[in-house]
Amino acid sequence: MEDVMSNFDLVLKAFWVTIQLLVFSGIASLVFGTVLGACRVGPVAVLAKAASVYVTMVRNTPLLVVFIFVFNGLPQIDLLVGVPFLVKGVIALTVYTSAFVCEAIRSGVNSISIGQAEASRAIGLTFGQSMQTVILPQAFRAVVPPLASVLIALAKNTSVAAAFGLMEATARMRYFTNNHPEDRTLIFLTFAIGYIIIVEVMSAGAMGLERRWKVAR
Amino acid sequence: MRFKRTKVVLAVAGLSLGLAACGNAGESTQSDNVDVKVAENAADNFDAGTRMKELAESGKITIGVKFDQPGIGFKGATDKMPTGFDPEMGKILAASLGIAPDKISWKETISDNREPFLQTGEVDLVIASYSITDERRQVVGQAGPYYVTGQQLLVKKGSDIKSVADIKGKEVCSVTGSTSLDNVEAKGAKPRGFDTYSECVDQVLSGTVDSMTTDGAILLGYAAQHPDELEVVGDPFSEERYGIGYSKDHPEMCQWISDTIKKAEDDGTWAKAFEATLGKSGVDTPEPPALDKCQA
Repeated sequence: MEDVMSNFDLVLKAFWVTIQLLVFSGIASLVFGTVLGACRVGPVAVLAKAASVYVTMVRNTPLLVVFIFVFNGLPQIDLLVGVPFLVKGVIALTVYTSAFVCEAIRSGVNSISIGQAEASRAIGLTFGQSMQTVILPQAFRAVVPPLASVLIALAKNTSVAAAFGLMEATARMRYFTNNHPEDRTLIFLTFAIGYIIIVEVMSAGAMGLERRWKVAR
Repeated sequence: MRFKRTKVVLAVAGLSLGLAACGNAGESTQSDNVDVKVAENAADNFDAGTRMKELAESGKITIGVKFDQPGIGFKGATDKMPTGFDPEMGKILAASLGIAPDKISWKETISDNREPFLQTGEVDLVIASYSITDERRQVVGQAGPYYVTGQQLLVKKGSDIKSVADIKGKEVCSVTGSTSLDNVEAKGAKPRGFDTYSECVDQVLSGTVDSMTTDGAILLGYAAQHPDELEVVGDPFSEERYGIGYSKDHPEMCQWISDTIKKAEDDGTWAKAFEATLGKSGVDTPEPPALDKCQA
């Protein structure tokens, strides 16, 4: 175990990669997922159909397959060849997570009674305006708990990148267990605690938001 | 509806034909087995109470090998038995217990589960490109080495990487968590870990990473698969001494393993096993390495 302790900077560096993957793909999938969600509930039939095809396709594909597609499939047709590994990891995670964000947003929008949308139309707001000022602010409150679940899943999904050239926490754990089989259990616990801390910070954040945005309805 | 059903039947028929074809293709590669002499009444050669006696009397042994390293330990999806230098070693050891090759049950081990498999008795021996290290010897027994190899680099032909001195700042891939990957990281390369060697080779072929690194023997196997695109460069820059893993509960196995390897080295079985497996990639058969002494 001394080896892990004396190389603790390697552990921290690995978790730093995990956090980078989590933050970048978290932000990207929130943005892209919200756009997809808006398309799905929006009035433009083509966009709604396109978004629903995307969700059906991606949500029914295992994350590992998405990774293999991005890392091994696309380079074979000369796409993404010079792109850094971290960016490719973020792309794979974003493609996958956006579909779940989209569905969480849609459930939030559906939780707002149709009367709200009709009322905002009645006072002359366009679809975009009514989304921005009436529906989404309320919908976001409703989607905090499901979105938190999606992001927590994302935090743990970053570990798939271990098998795709990224030296993140799980890859580093395997490095330590390979060199120090005698400390397998302790090494495992060390890294588990790292993940628990990350996820706990996220759930605390989500709880805070929920409390802050609570409205009497 | 009728038409549709016909189509389905045709598709299924086509598919099964395709699968059958694959099966045949797989089996035809199973020709490089070296004959080993199976000892008779082997149980009499061992003292009562030893693990060897138990194994010889039961007539069964479970050996953990790699399934994904051409030349070392490899088993295709349709192959019945793994092929490579490690399985050959397993056959030699089993033969000295009077167990014929077809009575050995092979189990796939990956780098991560070799020690747990030995500790829990899931396998009796691990022969899986298992480098001897002091850390590993704390938890399991390792006899040998039966083969010594070194880490090298596999690059695209014409790459500006000519030796290990050129990898600073370059992206080098290997299997996640492997010792080879640490070694290049220590030399200043950006380590890129993948699940399997074949994925790593794909990355080199597509130009995503600059080089692949692992034991020279494995690299030569891949270079032979893509002779126009890939080459192995530089001198070996590490020493990996492959040992045979056994459980610490049965320390008496060490002497038996060492003696059996020694005998195979002396009577030429070792060299024959090498020529039939790793030697195929064009390397000369090396001198067998000196064996470590077993601690009593």
